[in-house]
Amino acid sequence: MSRPLLALALLTAAMASLFAALLFGTFPISVLQLLDGIFFPTPGVVHDVIWQLRVPRALAAFACGGLLALSGVLLQVLLRNALADPYILGVSSGASLGALTALTLGAGAALMNTAALAGAIAAIVIVFSLSFRRGDWNAYRVLLTGVVLSAGLSALISLTLVMAPQGQVKGMLFWLMGDLSYAGDPLAAWLILAVLTTLGITQATRLDLLGLGELKAQALGVAVTPLQLGIFFSAALATVAAVLLGGAIGFVGLLIPHAIRLLGVANHRALLPLAVLLGGAFLTLADTLARILLAPQQLPVGVLTALLGVPAMLVLLGRRR
Amino acid sequence: MLHCDGITLSVPGRVLCRNLTLTVEPGQMWAVLGVNGSGKTTLIHALSGLARCDHGAVLLNGSTLESGDSRQRAREIGVLLQQEEPNFWGSVLEYVLLGRFPHMQSWFGWGREDEKAALAALAEVGMTGLAQRRYATLSGGERQRARIAQILAQGPRLYLLDEPLQHLDLRHQTAALALFQQLAVERDKAVMMVLHDTLWPGRFCSHALLIHDDGTARAGPAREVLDRAVLERLYGCPLREFVQGAGRYFLPDV
Repeated sequence: MSRPLLALALLTAAMASLFAALLFGTFPISVLQLLDGIFFPTPGVVHDVIWQLRVPRALAAFACGGLLALSGVLLQVLLRNALADPYILGVSSGASLGALTALTLGAGAALMNTAALAGAIAAIVIVFSLSFRRGDWNAYRVLLTGVVLSAGLSALISLTLVMAPQGQVKGMLFWLMGDLSYAGDPLAAWLILAVLTTLGITQATRLDLLGLGELKAQALGVAVTPLQLGIFFSAALATVAAVLLGGAIGFVGLLIPHAIRLLGVANHRALLPLAVLLGGAFLTLADTLARILLAPQQLPVGVLTALLGVPAMLVLLGRRR
Repeated sequence: MLHCDGITLSVPGRVLCRNLTLTVEPGQMWAVLGVNGSGKTTLIHALSGLARCDHGAVLLNGSTLESGDSRQRAREIGVLLQQEEPNFWGSVLEYVLLGRFPHMQSWFGWGREDEKAALAALAEVGMTGLAQRRYATLSGGERQRARIAQILAQGPRLYLLDEPLQHLDLRHQTAALALFQQLAVERDKAVMMVLHDTLWPGRFCSHALLIHDDGTARAGPAREVLDRAVLERLYGCPLREFVQGAGRYFLPDV
Protein backbone atom coordinates (compact mmCIF):
# COMPACT_ATOMS: atom_id res chain seq x y z
CA MET A 1 0.00 0.00 0.00
CA SER A 2 1.40 3.42 -0.88
CA ARG A 3 2.11 5.72 2.00
CA PRO A 4 -0.50 8.46 1.37
CA LEU A 5 -3.13 5.78 0.84
CA LEU A 6 -2.16 4.11 4.12
CA ALA A 7 -2.32 7.44 5.94
CA LEU A 8 -5.76 8.08 4.47
CA ALA A 9 -6.96 4.59 5.40
CA LEU A 10 -5.78 4.99 8.99
CA LEU A 11 -7.29 8.46 9.27
CA THR A 12 -10.60 7.05 8.07
CA ALA A 13 -10.30 4.18 10.53
CA ALA A 14 -9.63 6.64 13.34
CA MET A 15 -12.71 8.73 12.46
CA ALA A 16 -14.83 5.62 12.06
CA SER A 17 -13.73 4.21 15.40
CA LEU A 18 -14.57 7.48 17.17
CA PHE A 19 -17.96 7.59 15.41
CA ALA A 20 -18.69 4.00 16.43
CA ALA A 21 -17.70 4.76 20.01
CA LEU A 22 -20.29 7.54 20.10
CA LEU A 23 -22.97 5.53 18.32
CA PHE A 24 -22.92 2.23 20.21
CA GLY A 25 -23.67 1.62 23.85
CA THR A 26 -26.26 0.48 26.33
CA PHE A 27 -28.45 3.49 25.61
CA PRO A 28 -29.69 3.18 22.00
CA ILE A 29 -28.91 6.18 19.79
CA SER A 30 -29.58 6.23 16.06
CA VAL A 31 -27.16 7.67 13.49
CA LEU A 32 -29.52 10.61 12.91
CA GLN A 33 -29.82 11.32 16.62
CA LEU A 34 -26.04 11.17 16.92
CA LEU A 35 -25.43 13.59 14.04
CA ASP A 36 -28.12 15.82 15.46
CA GLY A 37 -26.56 15.66 18.90
CA ILE A 38 -23.08 16.45 17.61
CA PHE A 39 -23.90 19.32 15.27
CA PHE A 40 -27.06 20.79 16.85
CA PRO A 41 -26.69 20.11 20.58
CA THR A 42 -30.00 20.50 22.38
CA PRO A 43 -30.37 19.63 26.07
CA GLY A 44 -31.85 16.22 26.77
CA VAL A 45 -30.99 12.63 27.62
CA VAL A 46 -29.43 11.93 24.20
CA HIS A 47 -27.30 15.04 24.52
CA ASP A 48 -26.09 14.04 27.97
CA VAL A 49 -25.27 10.48 26.94
CA ILE A 50 -23.27 11.72 23.96
CA TRP A 51 -21.44 14.65 25.51
CA GLN A 52 -20.99 13.60 29.09
CA LEU A 53 -20.51 9.86 28.78
CA ARG A 54 -19.42 8.80 25.34
CA VAL A 55 -17.32 11.72 24.07
CA PRO A 56 -14.96 11.80 27.09
CA ARG A 57 -14.71 8.00 27.07
CA ALA A 58 -13.98 7.81 23.33
CA LEU A 59 -11.42 10.61 23.55
CA ALA A 60 -9.77 8.95 26.54
CA ALA A 61 -9.56 5.63 24.69
CA PHE A 62 -8.08 7.25 21.61
CA ALA A 63 -5.48 9.24 23.53
CA CYS A 64 -4.56 6.22 25.61
CA GLY A 65 -4.05 4.03 22.54
CA GLY A 66 -2.08 6.72 20.75
CA LEU A 67 0.19 7.30 23.75
CA LEU A 68 0.87 3.59 24.20
CA ALA A 69 1.74 3.16 20.52
CA LEU A 70 3.98 6.25 20.62
CA SER A 71 5.75 4.99 23.71
CA GLY A 72 6.22 1.58 22.09
CA VAL A 73 7.84 3.09 18.99
CA LEU A 74 10.18 5.20 21.11
CA LEU A 75 11.25 2.37 23.42
CA GLN A 76 11.77 -0.06 20.57
CA VAL A 77 14.28 2.31 19.00
CA LEU A 78 15.88 3.35 22.31
CA LEU A 79 16.48 -0.20 23.44
CA ARG A 80 16.94 -1.52 19.91
CA ASN A 81 14.77 -4.42 20.86
CA ALA A 82 11.68 -5.48 18.94
CA LEU A 83 10.10 -6.84 22.11
CA ALA A 84 10.30 -3.57 24.04
CA ASP A 85 6.91 -2.22 25.09
CA PRO A 86 5.77 0.74 27.19
CA TYR A 87 5.76 -1.33 30.36
CA ILE A 88 9.40 -2.36 30.11
CA LEU A 89 10.39 0.61 32.25
CA GLY A 90 8.34 -0.74 35.12
CA VAL A 91 5.87 2.13 34.76
CA SER A 92 2.73 0.02 34.75
CA SER A 93 3.83 -2.23 37.61
CA GLY A 94 4.79 0.81 39.66
CA ALA A 95 1.48 2.50 38.92
CA SER A 96 -0.49 -0.69 39.55
CA LEU A 97 1.18 -1.27 42.90
CA GLY A 98 0.47 2.32 43.90
CA ALA A 99 -3.17 2.13 42.84
CA LEU A 100 -3.77 -1.25 44.43
CA THR A 101 -2.20 -0.18 47.71
CA ALA A 102 -4.46 2.88 47.73
CA LEU A 103 -7.47 0.66 46.98
CA THR A 104 -6.62 -1.71 49.82
CA LEU A 105 -6.39 1.23 52.18
CA GLY A 106 -9.85 2.28 51.06
CA ALA A 107 -8.86 5.40 49.17
CA GLY A 108 -11.17 7.17 46.70
CA ALA A 109 -10.61 7.57 42.97
CA ALA A 110 -8.61 10.81 43.22
CA LEU A 111 -6.22 9.44 45.80
CA MET A 112 -5.89 6.24 43.81
CA ASN A 113 -4.74 8.19 40.77
CA THR A 114 -2.22 10.10 42.86
CA ALA A 115 -0.89 6.84 44.27
CA ALA A 116 -0.65 5.37 40.76
CA LEU A 117 1.25 8.43 39.57
CA ALA A 118 3.61 8.22 42.53
CA GLY A 119 4.23 4.53 41.87
CA ALA A 120 4.93 5.15 38.18
CA ILE A 121 7.33 8.01 38.90
CA ALA A 122 9.14 5.96 41.54
CA ALA A 123 9.62 3.13 39.02
CA ILE A 124 10.96 5.53 36.38
CA VAL A 125 13.37 7.14 38.82
CA ILE A 126 14.68 3.76 39.97
CA VAL A 127 15.19 2.44 36.43
CA PHE A 128 16.81 5.68 35.33
CA SER A 129 19.19 6.04 38.24
CA LEU A 130 20.28 2.42 38.09
CA SER A 131 20.83 2.34 34.35
CA PHE A 132 22.27 5.77 33.69
CA ARG A 133 25.40 6.13 35.75
CA ARG A 134 28.40 8.35 35.13
CA GLY A 135 26.74 9.66 32.01
CA ASP A 136 27.21 6.26 30.48
CA TRP A 137 24.13 4.84 28.83
CA ASN A 138 23.68 1.18 28.16
CA ALA A 139 20.48 -0.01 26.49
CA TYR A 140 21.05 -3.53 27.72
CA ARG A 141 21.20 -2.33 31.33
CA VAL A 142 18.00 -0.26 30.94
CA LEU A 143 16.22 -3.30 29.58
CA LEU A 144 17.40 -5.65 32.33
CA THR A 145 16.79 -3.14 35.12
CA GLY A 146 13.25 -2.55 33.86
CA VAL A 147 12.48 -6.25 33.53
CA VAL A 148 13.93 -7.08 36.95
CA LEU A 149 12.10 -4.22 38.65
CA SER A 150 8.83 -5.21 36.95
CA ALA A 151 9.25 -8.78 38.16
CA GLY A 152 9.75 -7.59 41.72
CA LEU A 153 6.77 -5.26 41.55
CA SER A 154 4.59 -8.00 40.05
CA ALA A 155 5.34 -10.16 43.07
CA LEU A 156 4.24 -7.34 45.36
CA ILE A 157 1.10 -6.87 43.25
CA SER A 158 0.24 -10.56 43.59
CA LEU A 159 0.79 -10.27 47.32
CA THR A 160 -1.56 -7.28 47.49
CA LEU A 161 -4.19 -9.24 45.52
CA VAL A 162 -3.99 -12.20 47.88
CA MET A 163 -4.18 -10.03 50.98
CA ALA A 164 -6.99 -7.81 49.67
CA PRO A 165 -10.56 -8.20 50.96
CA GLN A 166 -12.72 -10.34 48.67
CA GLY A 167 -14.92 -7.48 47.47
CA GLN A 168 -12.06 -5.40 46.13
CA VAL A 169 -10.33 -8.07 44.07
CA LYS A 170 -12.53 -7.60 41.00
CA GLY A 171 -11.84 -3.85 40.83
CA MET A 172 -8.13 -4.58 41.20
CA LEU A 173 -8.19 -7.11 38.37
CA PHE A 174 -9.89 -4.56 36.11
CA TRP A 175 -7.11 -2.09 36.84
CA LEU A 176 -4.43 -4.72 36.19
CA MET A 177 -5.96 -5.80 32.88
CA GLY A 178 -6.62 -2.26 31.78
CA ASP A 179 -10.00 -0.60 31.89
CA LEU A 180 -11.23 2.77 30.73
CA SER A 181 -14.44 2.95 32.80
CA TYR A 182 -12.90 5.29 35.31
CA ALA A 183 -10.83 7.35 32.86
CA GLY A 184 -10.75 10.97 33.92
CA ASP A 185 -10.62 14.08 31.77
CA PRO A 186 -8.58 13.19 28.67
CA LEU A 187 -7.46 16.79 27.95
CA ALA A 188 -4.01 16.47 29.53
CA ALA A 189 -3.39 13.18 27.75
CA TRP A 190 -4.33 14.75 24.41
CA LEU A 191 -1.96 17.65 25.01
CA ILE A 192 0.88 15.29 25.87
CA LEU A 193 0.07 13.15 22.83
CA ALA A 194 0.07 16.16 20.48
CA VAL A 195 3.31 17.61 21.84
CA LEU A 196 5.21 14.32 21.89
CA THR A 197 4.05 13.28 18.42
CA THR A 198 5.13 16.61 16.95
CA LEU A 199 8.44 16.47 18.78
CA GLY A 200 8.96 12.90 17.61
CA ILE A 201 8.32 13.83 13.98
CA THR A 202 10.90 16.63 14.13
CA GLN A 203 13.46 14.19 15.58
CA ALA A 204 12.49 11.35 13.24
CA THR A 205 15.77 11.17 11.32
CA ARG A 206 17.71 11.00 14.57
CA LEU A 207 15.50 8.08 15.63
CA ASP A 208 16.17 6.36 12.30
CA LEU A 209 19.90 6.80 12.83
CA LEU A 210 19.81 5.56 16.41
CA GLY A 211 18.16 2.41 15.05
CA LEU A 212 21.42 1.72 13.20
CA GLY A 213 23.37 1.76 16.46
CA GLU A 214 24.79 4.37 18.79
CA LEU A 215 28.20 4.44 17.12
CA LYS A 216 26.70 4.88 13.67
CA ALA A 217 24.40 7.67 14.85
CA GLN A 218 27.33 9.41 16.51
CA ALA A 219 29.45 9.01 13.38
CA LEU A 220 26.77 10.78 11.35
CA GLY A 221 26.61 13.69 13.77
CA VAL A 222 23.82 12.82 16.21
CA ALA A 223 24.39 13.93 19.81
CA VAL A 224 23.48 10.49 21.07
CA THR A 225 23.23 10.85 24.86
CA PRO A 226 20.86 13.87 24.88
CA LEU A 227 18.73 12.06 22.28
CA GLN A 228 18.54 8.93 24.42
CA LEU A 229 17.61 10.93 27.49
CA GLY A 230 14.90 12.70 25.50
CA ILE A 231 13.49 9.41 24.23
CA PHE A 232 13.56 7.86 27.71
CA PHE A 233 11.63 10.67 29.36
CA SER A 234 9.21 11.15 26.45
CA ALA A 235 8.37 7.45 26.49
CA ALA A 236 8.01 7.51 30.27
CA LEU A 237 5.71 10.54 30.15
CA ALA A 238 3.53 8.99 27.44
CA THR A 239 3.27 5.73 29.35
CA VAL A 240 2.37 7.43 32.62
CA ALA A 241 -0.32 9.50 30.91
CA ALA A 242 -1.77 6.37 29.31
CA VAL A 243 -1.65 4.28 32.48
CA LEU A 244 -3.39 6.98 34.49
CA LEU A 245 -6.26 6.94 31.98
CA GLY A 246 -6.71 3.24 31.49
CA GLY A 247 -4.51 1.16 33.76
CA ALA A 248 -2.14 -1.40 32.34
CA ILE A 249 -3.67 -2.02 28.92
CA GLY A 250 -1.42 -4.53 27.22
CA PHE A 251 -0.63 -5.38 23.62
CA VAL A 252 -1.17 -1.93 22.03
CA GLY A 253 2.30 -0.54 22.70
CA LEU A 254 4.11 -3.70 21.71
CA LEU A 255 2.32 -4.65 18.53
CA ILE A 256 0.92 -1.48 16.93
CA PRO A 257 4.43 -0.31 15.89
CA HIS A 258 5.10 -3.72 14.36
CA ALA A 259 1.78 -3.68 12.53
CA ILE A 260 2.75 -0.39 10.86
CA ARG A 261 6.19 -1.75 9.99
CA LEU A 262 4.62 -4.86 8.50
CA LEU A 263 2.48 -2.58 6.35
CA GLY A 264 5.75 -1.34 4.87
CA VAL A 265 6.48 1.88 6.75
CA ALA A 266 9.82 1.97 8.48
CA ASN A 267 11.08 5.52 8.79
CA HIS A 268 10.00 7.26 11.94
CA ARG A 269 8.68 10.39 10.23
CA ALA A 270 5.78 8.28 8.93
CA LEU A 271 5.89 5.45 11.46
CA LEU A 272 5.30 7.68 14.50
CA PRO A 273 2.09 9.46 13.41
CA LEU A 274 0.69 6.35 11.72
CA ALA A 275 1.29 4.27 14.85
CA VAL A 276 -0.45 6.95 16.94
CA LEU A 277 -3.46 6.86 14.57
CA LEU A 278 -3.66 3.09 14.51
CA GLY A 279 -3.12 2.78 18.26
CA GLY A 280 -5.85 5.32 18.96
CA ALA A 281 -8.32 3.78 16.51
CA PHE A 282 -7.60 0.28 17.72
CA LEU A 283 -8.10 1.05 21.39
CA THR A 284 -11.25 3.11 20.72
CA LEU A 285 -12.72 0.18 18.81
CA ALA A 286 -11.68 -2.32 21.49
CA ASP A 287 -13.17 -0.13 24.21
CA THR A 288 -16.47 0.19 22.33
CA LEU A 289 -16.66 -3.58 22.07
CA ALA A 290 -15.76 -3.90 25.75
CA ARG A 291 -18.77 -1.71 26.55
CA ILE A 292 -21.33 -3.42 24.32
CA LEU A 293 -20.44 -7.10 23.97
CA LEU A 294 -21.89 -8.20 27.32
CA ALA A 295 -23.85 -5.00 28.03
CA PRO A 296 -24.82 -3.86 30.56
CA GLN A 297 -21.76 -5.56 31.98
CA GLN A 298 -18.44 -3.99 30.92
CA LEU A 299 -15.38 -6.02 30.08
CA PRO A 300 -11.82 -4.89 30.83
CA VAL A 301 -10.55 -3.42 27.54
CA GLY A 302 -7.17 -5.13 27.98
CA VAL A 303 -8.83 -8.48 27.27
CA LEU A 304 -10.37 -7.11 24.07
CA THR A 305 -7.09 -5.60 22.77
CA ALA A 306 -5.51 -9.03 22.91
CA LEU A 307 -8.54 -10.89 21.52
CA LEU A 308 -8.79 -8.49 18.56
CA GLY A 309 -5.10 -7.82 18.05
CA VAL A 310 -3.69 -11.32 18.12
CA PRO A 311 -5.57 -12.63 15.05
CA ALA A 312 -5.00 -9.38 13.14
CA MET A 313 -1.29 -9.55 13.89
CA LEU A 314 -1.04 -13.22 12.90
CA VAL A 315 -2.71 -12.45 9.56
CA LEU A 316 -0.23 -9.61 8.94
CA LEU A 317 2.72 -11.81 9.85
CA GLY A 318 1.54 -14.59 7.58
CA ARG A 319 0.98 -12.22 4.66
CA ARG A 320 4.63 -11.15 4.61
CA ARG A 321 6.87 -13.15 2.32
CA MET B 1 43.78 18.54 7.43
CA LEU B 2 43.77 15.83 10.13
CA HIS B 3 46.71 15.79 12.46
CA CYS B 4 47.33 13.57 15.43
CA ASP B 5 50.05 14.52 17.79
CA GLY B 6 51.61 11.75 19.83
CA ILE B 7 48.41 9.85 20.53
CA THR B 8 48.29 6.69 22.62
CA LEU B 9 45.34 4.33 22.30
CA SER B 10 44.29 1.45 24.46
CA VAL B 11 41.47 -0.96 25.03
CA PRO B 12 40.84 -2.30 28.55
CA GLY B 13 43.94 -4.24 29.56
CA ARG B 14 46.05 -3.48 26.51
CA VAL B 15 47.92 -0.54 24.99
CA LEU B 16 47.46 -0.61 21.23
CA CYS B 17 49.61 2.13 19.79
CA ARG B 18 52.02 4.45 21.50
CA ASN B 19 52.87 8.00 20.69
CA LEU B 20 51.61 7.98 17.12
CA THR B 21 52.12 11.15 15.13
CA LEU B 22 50.52 11.44 11.73
CA THR B 23 49.18 14.04 9.32
CA VAL B 24 46.62 13.29 6.62
CA GLU B 25 46.19 15.83 3.82
CA PRO B 26 43.65 16.16 0.99
CA GLY B 27 44.64 14.18 -2.07
CA GLN B 28 46.24 11.42 -0.04
CA MET B 29 45.04 7.84 0.07
CA TRP B 30 46.24 5.95 3.13
CA ALA B 31 46.29 2.25 3.84
CA VAL B 32 46.26 1.15 7.48
CA LEU B 33 47.79 -2.29 7.89
CA GLY B 34 48.27 -4.49 10.94
CA VAL B 35 47.44 -7.91 12.28
CA ASN B 36 44.16 -8.77 14.04
CA GLY B 37 43.75 -6.89 17.29
CA SER B 38 46.57 -4.44 16.59
CA GLY B 39 44.24 -1.45 16.99
CA LYS B 40 43.26 -0.47 13.46
CA THR B 41 39.58 -0.06 14.28
CA THR B 42 40.32 1.76 17.54
CA LEU B 43 42.52 4.16 15.57
CA ILE B 44 39.73 4.82 13.05
CA HIS B 45 37.36 5.52 15.95
CA ALA B 46 39.86 7.85 17.63
CA LEU B 47 40.56 9.76 14.42
CA SER B 48 36.83 10.28 13.87
CA GLY B 49 36.09 11.33 17.45
CA LEU B 50 34.13 8.18 18.34
CA ALA B 51 36.73 7.08 20.89
CA ARG B 52 39.02 9.00 23.20
CA CYS B 53 42.80 8.90 23.13
CA ASP B 54 44.66 8.13 26.37
CA HIS B 55 47.23 10.80 25.55
CA GLY B 56 47.64 13.34 22.83
CA ALA B 57 45.01 14.98 20.69
CA VAL B 58 43.50 14.63 17.25
CA LEU B 59 43.23 17.96 15.49
CA LEU B 60 40.92 18.63 12.57
CA ASN B 61 41.97 21.77 10.74
CA GLY B 62 43.71 22.91 13.91
CA SER B 63 40.95 22.35 16.47
CA THR B 64 40.15 19.33 18.61
CA LEU B 65 37.37 16.95 17.60
CA GLU B 66 35.36 17.44 20.80
CA SER B 67 35.02 21.16 20.17
CA GLY B 68 32.26 22.23 17.87
CA ASP B 69 28.98 20.89 16.59
CA SER B 70 28.73 17.15 15.92
CA ARG B 71 26.88 17.63 12.63
CA GLN B 72 29.55 20.06 11.50
CA ARG B 73 32.16 17.39 12.28
CA ALA B 74 30.17 14.83 10.28
CA ARG B 75 30.31 17.15 7.26
CA GLU B 76 34.11 17.03 7.53
CA ILE B 77 34.74 13.44 8.58
CA GLY B 78 32.86 10.39 7.34
CA VAL B 79 33.34 6.97 8.91
CA LEU B 80 32.55 3.63 7.34
CA LEU B 81 32.24 1.40 10.38
CA GLN B 82 33.38 -2.18 10.29
CA GLN B 83 30.11 -3.36 11.85
CA GLU B 84 26.69 -1.89 12.32
CA GLU B 85 23.22 -2.93 13.33
CA PRO B 86 22.08 -5.35 10.60
CA ASN B 87 18.36 -4.62 10.94
CA PHE B 88 17.16 -1.74 8.85
CA TRP B 89 13.49 -1.82 7.92
CA GLY B 90 13.43 0.63 5.04
CA SER B 91 14.47 0.66 1.40
CA VAL B 92 18.03 0.97 0.08
CA LEU B 93 17.34 4.58 -0.92
CA GLU B 94 16.07 5.42 2.57
CA TYR B 95 19.22 3.86 3.99
CA VAL B 96 21.53 5.89 1.76
CA LEU B 97 19.55 9.08 2.49
CA LEU B 98 20.45 8.75 6.18
CA GLY B 99 23.99 9.70 5.16
CA ARG B 100 22.60 13.16 4.38
CA PHE B 101 21.75 13.83 8.03
CA PRO B 102 24.72 16.20 8.56
CA HIS B 103 23.42 18.32 5.66
CA MET B 104 19.74 18.15 6.56
CA GLN B 105 18.01 21.52 6.31
CA SER B 106 14.48 20.88 7.48
CA TRP B 107 12.90 19.18 10.47
CA PHE B 108 10.25 17.63 8.30
CA GLY B 109 12.08 15.71 5.61
CA TRP B 110 14.75 15.47 2.98
CA GLY B 111 15.32 18.18 0.41
CA ARG B 112 15.78 17.84 -3.34
CA GLU B 113 19.56 18.13 -2.89
CA ASP B 114 19.57 15.18 -0.51
CA GLU B 115 17.63 12.95 -2.89
CA LYS B 116 19.93 13.93 -5.73
CA ALA B 117 23.06 13.17 -3.71
CA ALA B 118 21.67 9.80 -2.58
CA LEU B 119 20.71 8.75 -6.12
CA ALA B 120 24.10 9.87 -7.46
CA ALA B 121 25.85 7.87 -4.74
CA LEU B 122 23.80 4.77 -5.59
CA ALA B 123 24.75 5.22 -9.25
CA GLU B 124 28.44 5.36 -8.30
CA VAL B 125 28.31 1.96 -6.64
CA GLY B 126 26.16 0.56 -9.47
CA MET B 127 23.02 0.10 -7.40
CA THR B 128 20.55 2.42 -9.13
CA GLY B 129 18.31 -0.53 -9.94
CA LEU B 130 18.17 -1.61 -6.30
CA ALA B 131 17.11 1.77 -4.87
CA GLN B 132 13.58 0.68 -3.99
CA ARG B 133 14.55 -2.79 -2.70
CA ARG B 134 14.21 -3.45 1.01
CA TYR B 135 17.64 -3.13 2.61
CA ALA B 136 17.06 -6.30 4.62
CA THR B 137 16.81 -8.37 1.42
CA LEU B 138 20.27 -7.39 0.14
CA SER B 139 23.20 -9.79 0.11
CA GLY B 140 26.28 -9.10 2.23
CA GLY B 141 28.21 -7.58 -0.68
CA GLU B 142 25.25 -5.46 -1.77
CA ARG B 143 24.86 -4.16 1.78
CA GLN B 144 28.52 -3.20 1.83
CA ARG B 145 28.04 -1.27 -1.43
CA ALA B 146 24.96 0.44 0.01
CA ARG B 147 27.05 1.45 3.02
CA ILE B 148 29.72 2.85 0.71
CA ALA B 149 26.96 4.74 -1.14
CA GLN B 150 25.78 6.16 2.18
CA ILE B 151 29.18 7.66 2.98
CA LEU B 152 29.43 8.99 -0.59
CA ALA B 153 26.08 10.72 -0.08
CA GLN B 154 27.42 12.13 3.17
CA GLY B 155 30.24 13.60 1.10
CA PRO B 156 32.78 14.44 3.82
CA ARG B 157 36.24 15.81 3.13
CA LEU B 158 37.97 13.01 5.02
CA TYR B 159 36.90 9.40 4.52
CA LEU B 160 37.85 6.98 7.30
CA LEU B 161 37.02 3.51 6.02
CA ASP B 162 37.22 0.44 8.23
CA GLU B 163 37.60 -2.58 5.98
CA PRO B 164 35.70 -1.07 3.06
CA LEU B 165 36.32 -4.14 0.89
CA GLN B 166 34.71 -6.71 3.21
CA HIS B 167 32.15 -8.97 1.52
CA LEU B 168 32.95 -7.50 -1.91
CA ASP B 169 33.81 -9.73 -4.87
CA LEU B 170 36.94 -9.05 -6.88
CA ARG B 171 35.22 -6.84 -9.44
CA HIS B 172 33.59 -4.68 -6.78
CA GLN B 173 36.81 -4.52 -4.74
CA THR B 174 38.66 -2.99 -7.66
CA ALA B 175 35.71 -0.74 -8.50
CA ALA B 176 35.55 0.50 -4.90
CA LEU B 177 39.30 1.13 -4.76
CA ALA B 178 39.20 2.99 -8.06
CA LEU B 179 36.32 5.06 -6.69
CA PHE B 180 38.23 5.94 -3.51
CA GLN B 181 41.34 6.76 -5.52
CA GLN B 182 39.28 9.04 -7.72
CA LEU B 183 37.94 10.78 -4.58
CA ALA B 184 41.49 11.46 -3.44
CA VAL B 185 43.13 12.31 -6.74
CA GLU B 186 40.37 14.09 -8.66
CA ARG B 187 38.15 15.52 -5.93
CA ASP B 188 40.92 16.34 -3.47
CA LYS B 189 39.45 14.34 -0.60
CA ALA B 190 41.53 12.58 2.03
CA VAL B 191 40.99 8.84 2.28
CA MET B 192 42.25 6.47 4.95
CA MET B 193 41.28 2.82 4.91
CA VAL B 194 41.95 -0.28 6.90
CA LEU B 195 42.91 -3.10 4.56
CA HIS B 196 43.66 -6.74 5.17
CA ASP B 197 44.95 -7.48 1.75
CA THR B 198 48.58 -6.81 0.80
CA LEU B 199 47.60 -6.90 -2.87
CA TRP B 200 46.05 -3.46 -2.94
CA PRO B 201 48.07 -0.90 -0.94
CA GLY B 202 51.03 -0.92 -3.33
CA ARG B 203 48.71 -0.42 -6.29
CA PHE B 204 46.23 2.18 -5.06
CA CYS B 205 47.55 3.95 -1.97
CA SER B 206 49.82 6.96 -1.80
CA HIS B 207 50.61 6.48 1.88
CA ALA B 208 50.62 3.68 4.40
CA LEU B 209 50.50 3.26 8.15
CA LEU B 210 51.75 0.00 9.60
CA ILE B 211 50.72 -0.78 13.17
CA HIS B 212 52.95 -3.38 14.78
CA ASP B 213 51.88 -5.71 17.54
CA ASP B 214 54.21 -4.06 20.07
CA GLY B 215 52.48 -0.69 19.77
CA THR B 216 55.01 0.94 17.47
CA ALA B 217 53.84 2.27 14.13
CA ARG B 218 55.39 3.38 10.91
CA ALA B 219 53.77 5.98 8.67
CA GLY B 220 54.84 7.56 5.40
CA PRO B 221 54.64 7.47 1.60
CA ALA B 222 53.68 4.03 0.35
CA ARG B 223 56.82 3.40 -1.68
CA GLU B 224 59.00 3.96 1.39
CA VAL B 225 56.87 2.19 3.97
CA LEU B 226 55.70 -0.79 1.94
CA ASP B 227 58.76 -2.95 2.02
CA ARG B 228 58.74 -6.71 1.74
CA ALA B 229 60.92 -7.28 4.82
CA VAL B 230 58.85 -4.88 6.94
CA LEU B 231 55.56 -6.43 5.83
CA GLU B 232 56.91 -9.92 6.52
CA ARG B 233 57.77 -8.83 10.04
CA LEU B 234 54.35 -7.14 10.42
CA TYR B 235 52.33 -10.19 9.42
CA GLY B 236 54.79 -12.86 10.54
CA CYS B 237 54.38 -14.50 7.17
CA PRO B 238 56.80 -14.87 4.23
CA LEU B 239 55.83 -12.73 1.22
CA ARG B 240 56.65 -12.46 -2.45
CA GLU B 241 56.73 -9.16 -4.28
CA PHE B 242 55.56 -8.67 -7.86
CA VAL B 243 56.02 -5.46 -9.81
CA GLN B 244 53.62 -5.03 -12.68
CA GLY B 245 52.84 -1.75 -14.39
CA ALA B 246 51.90 0.87 -11.80
CA GLY B 247 51.51 -1.59 -8.95
CA ARG B 248 53.60 -3.44 -6.42
CA TYR B 249 51.80 -6.51 -5.22
CA PHE B 250 52.67 -8.65 -2.23
CA LEU B 251 51.50 -12.24 -2.01
CA PRO B 252 51.95 -14.81 0.76
CA ASP B 253 54.82 -17.09 -0.15
CA VAL B 254 53.40 -20.43 0.88
